[in-house]
Amino acid sequence: MHILATGALNTVQDQGRHGYRKFGVGVAGAVDALAAAVGNTMLGNPRDAAFVEVLLFPFRVRFTADTRIALTGADARATLDDKALLPWWSLPVRAGQVLSLQSPRQGGVAYLCVAGGIDVPPVLGSRSTDLKAHFGGLAGRPLAKGDTLAVCAVPDGGRAPRRASGFGVVPPAVALPQQEGPSSDATCVRVLPAAEWGAFSEAVRRTFLSTDWTVSPNSNRIGLRLEGPVLQPRHKRELLSHGIVPGVIQVPPAGLPIVMQCDAQTSGGYPKMATVIEADQWRVAQTRLGGRLRFAAVDLAQAQAAWQAQQRYLQRIQRAADLAA
Amino acid sequence: MNAAPRRPRLDRAAPKAGRAGSDAPSSPLVVSALGTGAMLFDADGGASPDPAVQHRIWAIAEVAELWPGVRETMPGMNNLLVVFDDQALVPEALAAQVQQAWLQPSQAVRVARTVELPVVYGGAGGPDLAALAEHAGLDVHATAQLHAQATYTVFFLGAHPGFAYLGGLDPRLHMPRRAQPRPQVRAGTVAIGGAQTGVVAQVSPSGWQLLGVTDAAFFDPLRVPPALLAPGDQVRFRVEKVEA
Repeated sequence: MHILATGALNTVQDQGRHGYRKFGVGVAGAVDALAAAVGNTMLGNPRDAAFVEVLLFPFRVRFTADTRIALTGADARATLDDKALLPWWSLPVRAGQVLSLQSPRQGGVAYLCVAGGIDVPPVLGSRSTDLKAHFGGLAGRPLAKGDTLAVCAVPDGGRAPRRASGFGVVPPAVALPQQEGPSSDATCVRVLPAAEWGAFSEAVRRTFLSTDWTVSPNSNRIGLRLEGPVLQPRHKRELLSHGIVPGVIQVPPAGLPIVMQCDAQTSGGYPKMATVIEADQWRVAQTRLGGRLRFAAVDLAQAQAAWQAQQRYLQRIQRAADLAA
Repeated sequence: MNAAPRRPRLDRAAPKAGRAGSDAPSSPLVVSALGTGAMLFDADGGASPDPAVQHRIWAIAEVAELWPGVRETMPGMNNLLVVFDDQALVPEALAAQVQQAWLQPSQAVRVARTVELPVVYGGAGGPDLAALAEHAGLDVHATAQLHAQATYTVFFLGAHPGFAYLGGLDPRLHMPRRAQPRPQVRAGTVAIGGAQTGVVAQVSPSGWQLLGVTDAAFFDPLRVPPALLAPGDQVRFRVEKVEA
């Protein structure tokens, strides 16, 4: 497919680059890995199929061959040749047709999956773009107008959906409703306490959990910087550098927390207040710049139960895709 | 001119036994969760990293990577990150396994390599050499010599692909990071941040003090392994030139 228009930070990603942390190589992959997994599942793609992550709009592509696509993530008011498409929808497209995505009214990031997956050479076991180290994806860089993306051959010739209009699935925001927070407009995400949780006084921890944090415009795939009250540990203590993972909430000396995302560097040295549970990382990713985030502390069993609920949701998507094929 | 980058000298002929087999530590590692699929094990040794502790961390990182359910391990400064499949491995069981390995004298022996890196100190690539010299109370030549005469140990790789945290810096050269990080530092820049030294492996922002440049390639995703340096390696810098 040909890229006709794109924002500056849209990239080819897959489920991430795992196993290379010890060389300093970060994970990359989709910020909303759940939406991307749903799209690939709807198409019957392998789990490691690559797709396009759209963070900046408008985004427009022309298909150069007949194929099938799935649109997931934020509702980007998609149109195919000016005909409106529903979000969380998979459908066949024809060569020459033009798909347009506009800035979503809700949520932040949209995914375009294609049957077979985007064909770029895997680097260190992944097709994800590492934007900081400039490798993977399409020549290690964001997509640009004029680029052509090849698509991997589909082994079984591509399962044609029974209906030309395609099929849709229940979005995770509906299937996996968020824990109700006391405030109305903040996205509530569940966190597990991390190593330095106890280094903050109970009052500071209460502030952390009772604040509607604003996502700073200065946020990106590396991390979401939050604005709100300043959090300070009881004692300033220099930490030795240590491995970190996406989801960890660091509190630098200035006292404003940063929620690390999938382009986080492999090591850090700031106190770690908590970690967003894996099952809620997509909620963080879909919170827009200027949007609000609220944290709810859970225990390990609750975090694992939430993850299992997400896996059951993906299994239901799998069954829906099987029925539609 | 387009000269091929000089290859750093790799000395594989002098394997050195690690000290992982020495005395077992008496206190367990401090364990904390990083979500449901990762745990951090911290030797909690204080503000300055202990080389003997680090040898044990490397040894556990290597064996734990082979345990069923463990996805990857990553040594930090006197600590260890273990990423695991929480559907295959109960966190408590993993923690117990790591603690057991930690408290037992390990038989693991590391083969350390020595990597020699020629450096042009000062000049455009080392804009902070003069400030470092003043900080150390030396002239720029003596400062470069002091930095080059030590043998450094790679504690771990992190921050960005191929970047090695090096221990063994002479205390006279300990210098705090700059108040304002530079937005773009070229790959190959030899730098000091506090008690640590290292070589910037890719163009990136950095708040470290910049001493000079070497033209070794520290990371190439198409090479196996992708990074030039590995934990436990010894690094020596050689003064190729000192520019004013």
